[in-house]
Amino acid sequence: MTADIAAILAIDGIATGAVYALVAIGTVLIFTVTRVIFIPFGDIAAFTALTLAALDAKQLPGTVGLVVVLACMACAMEVVSLARAGELRAVPKAVLFYLVLPLIVVGTVWLTMRFTPPMPVRIVLALLLILPISPLLDRIVFRPIADASVLLLLTVSVALHFALVGLGLLFFGPEGVRTEPLTSMAMEIAGVHVSGQTVLILTAALVFSGLLFLFFDFTLIGKALRATALNRTGARLMGIRPARAGTIAYLLGSLMAGVSGILIAPVNTIFYDSGFLLGLKAFVGAIVGGMTSYPGAALGAFGVGLLESFASFQSSTLKDVIVFSLLIPVLLWRSLASQHSEEEVEE
Amino acid sequence: MTPQQIRLIIAAAIACLVAAPFVLNPFSITLLNYIGIYSLAAIGLALLTGVGGIVSFGQAAFVGVAAYATAWVTALNGYSPWLGLVLAVILTCSIAAILGFVTLRLGGHFLSLSTVAWGLAIAFLFGNIQGLGQHNGISGIPPISIGPFALVESRQIYFLIWAIVVAVLLLCYNLLDSRIGRAMRAMRGGNTLVESLGISAFQIKLATFVIAAFLGALSGWLYAHLGRFVSPGPFEAIMGIEYLMMAMVGGAGSILGGVVGAAIVTLLKNAVQDYLPLIAKGASGQLEIVAFSALFILFLQRARQGIVPFLAGFLPELKKSRPQPASPLPCREQPAPGTLLLKVSGAQRRFGGLVAVNNVSFEVRSGEILGLIGPNGAGKTTMFNLLTGALRANSGEIAFAGRSITDDQQFHIARSGISRTFQHVKLRPRMTLLDNVLLGTYSRTGTGLLAGALRLNQAEEASARYEALQQLERVGLGDKPFELAGNLPLGNQRVLEIARALAADPTLLVLDEPAAGLRRQEKLKLAELLRSLRADHLTILLVEHDMEFVMSLVDRIVVLDFGSKLCEGEPAAIRNDARVQEAYLGGVA
Repeated sequence: MTADIAAILAIDGIATGAVYALVAIGTVLIFTVTRVIFIPFGDIAAFTALTLAALDAKQLPGTVGLVVVLACMACAMEVVSLARAGELRAVPKAVLFYLVLPLIVVGTVWLTMRFTPPMPVRIVLALLLILPISPLLDRIVFRPIADASVLLLLTVSVALHFALVGLGLLFFGPEGVRTEPLTSMAMEIAGVHVSGQTVLILTAALVFSGLLFLFFDFTLIGKALRATALNRTGARLMGIRPARAGTIAYLLGSLMAGVSGILIAPVNTIFYDSGFLLGLKAFVGAIVGGMTSYPGAALGAFGVGLLESFASFQSSTLKDVIVFSLLIPVLLWRSLASQHSEEEVEE
Repeated sequence: MTPQQIRLIIAAAIACLVAAPFVLNPFSITLLNYIGIYSLAAIGLALLTGVGGIVSFGQAAFVGVAAYATAWVTALNGYSPWLGLVLAVILTCSIAAILGFVTLRLGGHFLSLSTVAWGLAIAFLFGNIQGLGQHNGISGIPPISIGPFALVESRQIYFLIWAIVVAVLLLCYNLLDSRIGRAMRAMRGGNTLVESLGISAFQIKLATFVIAAFLGALSGWLYAHLGRFVSPGPFEAIMGIEYLMMAMVGGAGSILGGVVGAAIVTLLKNAVQDYLPLIAKGASGQLEIVAFSALFILFLQRARQGIVPFLAGFLPELKKSRPQPASPLPCREQPAPGTLLLKVSGAQRRFGGLVAVNNVSFEVRSGEILGLIGPNGAGKTTMFNLLTGALRANSGEIAFAGRSITDDQQFHIARSGISRTFQHVKLRPRMTLLDNVLLGTYSRTGTGLLAGALRLNQAEEASARYEALQQLERVGLGDKPFELAGNLPLGNQRVLEIARALAADPTLLVLDEPAAGLRRQEKLKLAELLRSLRADHLTILLVEHDMEFVMSLVDRIVVLDFGSKLCEGEPAAIRNDARVQEAYLGGVA
């Protein structure tokens, strides 16, 4: 391996790592606020890419159907549970939030599609369509068991991923997509060719992590999320609703996953099931960071990106094996480095 | 129900299994074959996940390793399937041992995430190794032959599969009812509990992990020789969660649940494949996985308990006989009263900038009750954790019976004769009083895994059971040994913990706030019990808050305040000590 190749691989790895970093940060965000290890996160990223591709092709994306189905289910569940609790007065608000808002989003997309909107508008539309999915899934799947152990939530989350893969095939079909590049610029840095897409990916990762940092440190909602992450009961006593904090976390996380999906779509061909590996590799990054630290997760994700890039140079078929195998020593190192307090006991 | 009735039910079930292939059509037999094969992997997971509390998504990978191993031996190299079995088991168990050795120290969800990772890595390997046919798989696997009979038809291999399933069920039930099995069942109570009983949590986890992999290997071996073809598909991540679903639907804590779960999931899958095309033409393939995952999620939300435990609730209670007198377990020689038993010199423990225990020294002499007291935040619990090995001292030394235990692991300390109880009671609520106390005898007994599974341990088991009953009687809980521990009131739960500690035949009993949360009458009874133990020459170290309880009971007191030792002496002297009064009351009035 020459220095030139190493440089190319490194740039490639950093670009991939930046995409993983976005997903990893979203993962950590959702885990700390809701204790759910949200495996389907990669699916959300893949669905965004598929949605954008459909919009590019002037088709109504499958996401529309998915959102409508999920919204109806979530709304029905919320109304039933409100009716059971005898809080009928809260029903209109629930219907507004779980049904009308998602339908407004869908309607907006449907209307805008008639005017062949330009690329930036299509990207915004794709992100808008993706945003409701995770909060709706949260309402349908996780809210009824919000107080269960992390392990149970993880099991549910893995099952949910497979459900989403099936739904993805149903709504998007088996074809892979690759969207048009966001920019055709290119430059030379120290003699190495760097594409505009790479620069864009890195910039987006930095901007979004920066924004997230500002959000957590300087807004009341951000502080409420941090409080919920630290201590749910304590936060509840301070008037913060963990369910609402969860919804906000899912929305923010989806936004990051969506952005990463849009960034990766012009570089890699995305299929309905591409999200699994994307999500899991981001996870490996998040775990390297201990699942609780944002800079740690981002660094871990960059590490995974670099590793994958160099591994694929050595053996393109075994790169995934290498990435996942290397998680084990990392986990071991983490478990030795941190003293575990007594684990959760589940009866 | 009596044991005879249970034996009758088992015999009837086996008779049904034997008769089945003569009655059913070939398709149903094939279905039963697959149920049997999946059962084996699911039983492994029921042990690992349900009993041991380790959620693994990687079981499918172990099944795959075994299936590929036997395929390689038989189809590619032409050896006998029995050699394939040997290699499959050795390879799978070795891989499990290595993975377990590396990952089993991880806590809760990290461990489960690591199973996702290696499960995927192994599944990817199958499709990418040239010698294993890559994505095309390996075909032409020969059938298993027993002597001259080749098990070609599904009716023939049926008997082998279900004979193995029945044998595995019996062995697993025996195992769970033995010394090692009880330790496995205690694992959900957390590492500290398990280690305090002299059990190496890591060894037990590793053993459970390898057993689960072994059952996966049996399943994979049969799978390869039933279908006569292997490809990467059936060992991918989705199958890992399907096995988990089988184990959990059946009832994760129940071994029989593995079989029931495998049957339900397999039949359900079959039904979904049959009926979905009628509802949604053309989209059935996609909908199948959606329907399946949705059902699993719904199950996890609504009926986590599982089917077998749910149904077992309707069965009449199993009649158990009280343990009969048996030869006693070996006992430790108690040191002569007054000899130095425990010596703490200059112990220090820091948490970051906070010095929780600062240069504390004291001694415990044989036959006395020593009270360790101090106001909130004095460092009592930290000191306690240093003594029992739950925490390591930053400096200083702790010696027990003349030997330094400063760097020993928790279970080593427990084995050397220090038994403890917990401030927040740590019992296994779903185990009987007797089984809870039996846990305490772990370090005094020696039955291994195989001997337990084959019931070669009956003499020792009888001794241990009788010892446990005697300890229950000693603390006054001997009348209902088969009550579930979770049904006791708090006071009796604490007493039960003491019985469990006594069953380990300790030289030093350390009690962490035994009177906390007890009513007055319960406290009086507890004090009486502790006095009677002292009369039996047992040495007791007591960390306690309740002054009245301590003053009336102990021989000597050590007072801690802000991590340092304030003073030590007899109760009357401590009561009048101005420094102690200041520490507790904030200045002499």
